[in-house]
Amino acid sequence: MIEINGVSKWFGDFQVLTDINEIIHKGQTVVICGPSGSGKSTLLRCVNGLEPYQKGEILVDGSSLSDPKTNLYQLRRKIGMVFQRFELYPHMTVLRNICLAPLKVLKKSRREAEQKAMELLVRVGIPEKAQEYPANLSGGQQQRVAIARSLAMEPDYMMFDEPTSALDPEMINEVLEVMIDLAKEGMTMLVVTHEMGFAREVADEIIFMDEGRIIERGTGQEFFANPKSERTKRFLSQILA
Amino acid sequence: MGLAYNFDWGVLWRQPYGTWLLQGIWLTLKIGFLGWIIALFTGIVIGTLRVTPWRWLRFLAAAYTEVFRNIPFLVQLFFWYYAGPMIFGQYLGRQINQITGLNFYVAIFALGLYTASRVAEHMRAGFASIGRDQYQAVLSTGMTHAQMYRHVIIPYALRIIIPPLTTEFLTIFKNSSIAMTIGVAEITFMSYRIDADTFHGLEATTGAMAIYLLLGLTVVKLMNMLEARFKIPGLIGR
Amino acid sequence: MFDVVARNINFLMGGFLVTLKLTAFALGGGIILGMLVGLGRISRNAWVYQPVTLYVNFIRNVPLILVIFWFYFVMPIIAGRPLNPFLSAVISFIIFEATYFGEIFRAGYQSISRDLINAAYSTGLTYGQTARFILVPIAFRRMLPSMITQSIVTFQDTSLAFVIGLQEFVRRTSIVDNLEVRSIQLFGFVAVVFFIFCFIGSKISRHFEEKGRRANIL
Repeated sequence: MIEINGVSKWFGDFQVLTDINEIIHKGQTVVICGPSGSGKSTLLRCVNGLEPYQKGEILVDGSSLSDPKTNLYQLRRKIGMVFQRFELYPHMTVLRNICLAPLKVLKKSRREAEQKAMELLVRVGIPEKAQEYPANLSGGQQQRVAIARSLAMEPDYMMFDEPTSALDPEMINEVLEVMIDLAKEGMTMLVVTHEMGFAREVADEIIFMDEGRIIERGTGQEFFANPKSERTKRFLSQILA
Repeated sequence: MGLAYNFDWGVLWRQPYGTWLLQGIWLTLKIGFLGWIIALFTGIVIGTLRVTPWRWLRFLAAAYTEVFRNIPFLVQLFFWYYAGPMIFGQYLGRQINQITGLNFYVAIFALGLYTASRVAEHMRAGFASIGRDQYQAVLSTGMTHAQMYRHVIIPYALRIIIPPLTTEFLTIFKNSSIAMTIGVAEITFMSYRIDADTFHGLEATTGAMAIYLLLGLTVVKLMNMLEARFKIPGLIGR
Repeated sequence: MFDVVARNINFLMGGFLVTLKLTAFALGGGIILGMLVGLGRISRNAWVYQPVTLYVNFIRNVPLILVIFWFYFVMPIIAGRPLNPFLSAVISFIIFEATYFGEIFRAGYQSISRDLINAAYSTGLTYGQTARFILVPIAFRRMLPSMITQSIVTFQDTSLAFVIGLQEFVRRTSIVDNLEVRSIQLFGFVAVVFFIFCFIGSKISRHFEEKGRRANIL
C-alpha cells in the first residue's frame, strides 16, 4: 500500500504540490490526469524518492520516504517506473537493457536473468528484438521494452509517466494493450495519462490535478459522468472533444 | 610526518629575489601582449583567407593552421630560435645570433604565429555562425567581398568570438612560460633561478603559480569589460 | 643533407619511445582520473563539488611547465628522496591532463537526459552502478572525438618534460644539435614527426565525429 499524506513540495519559491492526499491499495489502478504543469509527474517522482518533498509524508508498505533510515535503493526495486521518452540505454542491446538491474542489483545469474528477460519480451510481444539496439526500434517497441525492463525487477508497484504521449498515434494501442493486461493481472499501478479510454477501461480511481492540487477524484463511471468541479468539466471537454 | 624541509617563503620578496620576480612579471606581460597583437592580426587574416572564394588561398590558410596546430609549441620555438637564423645562410645567420635579446624577439614571433593559428580557427567558427542571409544582404547593397569583410563581417565575428578569444589570451600568457627554455627571463624562468640560488624551488614555484592565477583573473575581468562594451543587443548566446 | 638525422636515428628514436611511454601513462591516468573529476563536477554534494572545482580552476590557470617544476620540487620532500624525472613527469601530467579530460567528461555527462538517469535509478541501481554502466560509457562514446583531440594535445605537451631533464624526443634532438649544430635538419625532423602523428590523429578524430553525427544513435 502506498500512502500519501498531506504532501507539499516547493522548487525554490515555487510551490509545485499542495497538500496531496491519496491511498493506493494493492491491486488498484489509479489514473492521474490534468493539464501540463499540474505537478503530476513531480508527484510520481516523489513516490519513488527521485524527488524530495518538504512537507507531509509518503509511506510505501509502511516505510516513510522522509525517514533517513529508509534505504531508497531497496525501495526502488519495489516500484517500477516507465517514462514518457522511454529512456532505454542507447549503448546496450534490448536484452542487456532488461537484464542489467537484475544482474547487478538482484545478483541473478546470467542464465536466470536472460531467461526472465525473454519471457518478458514474449509477454510484451517482441521477443525477436532481443539483440537489437534501441535506435533500431520504433517508439512503441521501445516503450514496451521499457515496460519489460521495469517488470524484470518483479516490482510490487508500477508507475507510468505519460507513457504514450511521445508516440505516434498508430503505436499508442500496442503499449496500452500491455498496460491493460498488466492492470487486469492485478498489478498495482499509478498512471499519469491523457488516454481516457484506458482510464475508463481499467481505472479503479481517477484523480484530476491542477496547479499542484487534487481538484477532484472518483471511480471511473462517476468521474466521466458527473464531474463536480468547473475545472474538471473544462478539462474533460477539451480532452474528450 | 616530519618533513625534512624548512619552508622559507621570504624567497618571494627578499632582495634580490623580489626584484627578479617583478622583472619576470614585466617580461611575461610584454611577451604576452606583443605576441597577442601579432596573433590577432595574423589570425584575422588567416581566418578570413580560410573562407574566401579562391581555392588556393583557402588551401594555404588551411595548411598554415594544420602545420602550426600539429607541432608542439616548444618544438616550434626551438626551430625558430636555433634553426631560424640558419635559414638566412651561414653569414647572416651568425650575424642574427649576435643580436642581444634575440630570444625575446623570437619568443614573441613564435608565440604570435602559433596563437594565430588558433585565432584563425575561432574566426572561422565566428564566420560560420553568421547566417548566410547576412552575407547576401550585404552583397546585395553593392559592396565587394573585401568591403563586406572589412566593414561588416569581421567586426561582427570578432564580437561573437570574444569568449573563446579570452581563453586564447589566457593561454598566451601560459605559453609564454615556455620561452624560459630559450633563456627568456620571465616568471617561470625567475622562479627556477630562485631555486638555483636558494634551493627553495617549492616556495618559488608556488608563488609563481599564484602570480599566474592573479594574471588570469585580471585578463578575464578585462575581457568581460570589453565584451560588455561591445555587446550586440539581442544576440542569443550570452 | 639529412645524414645527421640518419646517423643519430637510434638515439633520437630512443627519445621518441620515451615520449610515447610518457604519453601512454599520462593518458591512462589522466582519462581515469578525468572520469572521476567529471563526476565530481556534476555532483550535487557541495563537499565534493567545491574542492574538485577549485582543483580544476586552479590547474587550468597555471602553465603546465610550472606544474612540472612544482611536482619536481614537491615530490622529493614528500618521498624523502629525489625522484626520477619520468615518475615526476607522469604524476604532473596525470594531475594536469585530468582537469581537461574532466571537463570533457562533464560535458558528456551533462548531455545525458535527467530521465535516463532516473530510469536507471528506478530499476534499483545505485549511484555507483549508474555511473559505471550508464554515465561513463555513454559519455565516453559521445565525447570520443574531443578525447582524441585532447590526447593529441597531451602527446604534444610531453615535450615540456624537457625542462626536468627527461630524455625524451625533443631533449635528445637538442643534445645532438648541441654537438653537431645542424639545427634545421634536426628540429625540422622533430617537427615533421610530430606533425605526421598529430595530423593522422586529428583525421581519426574527425572520422569519429562524422560517424557519430551520421549515426546519431547516442
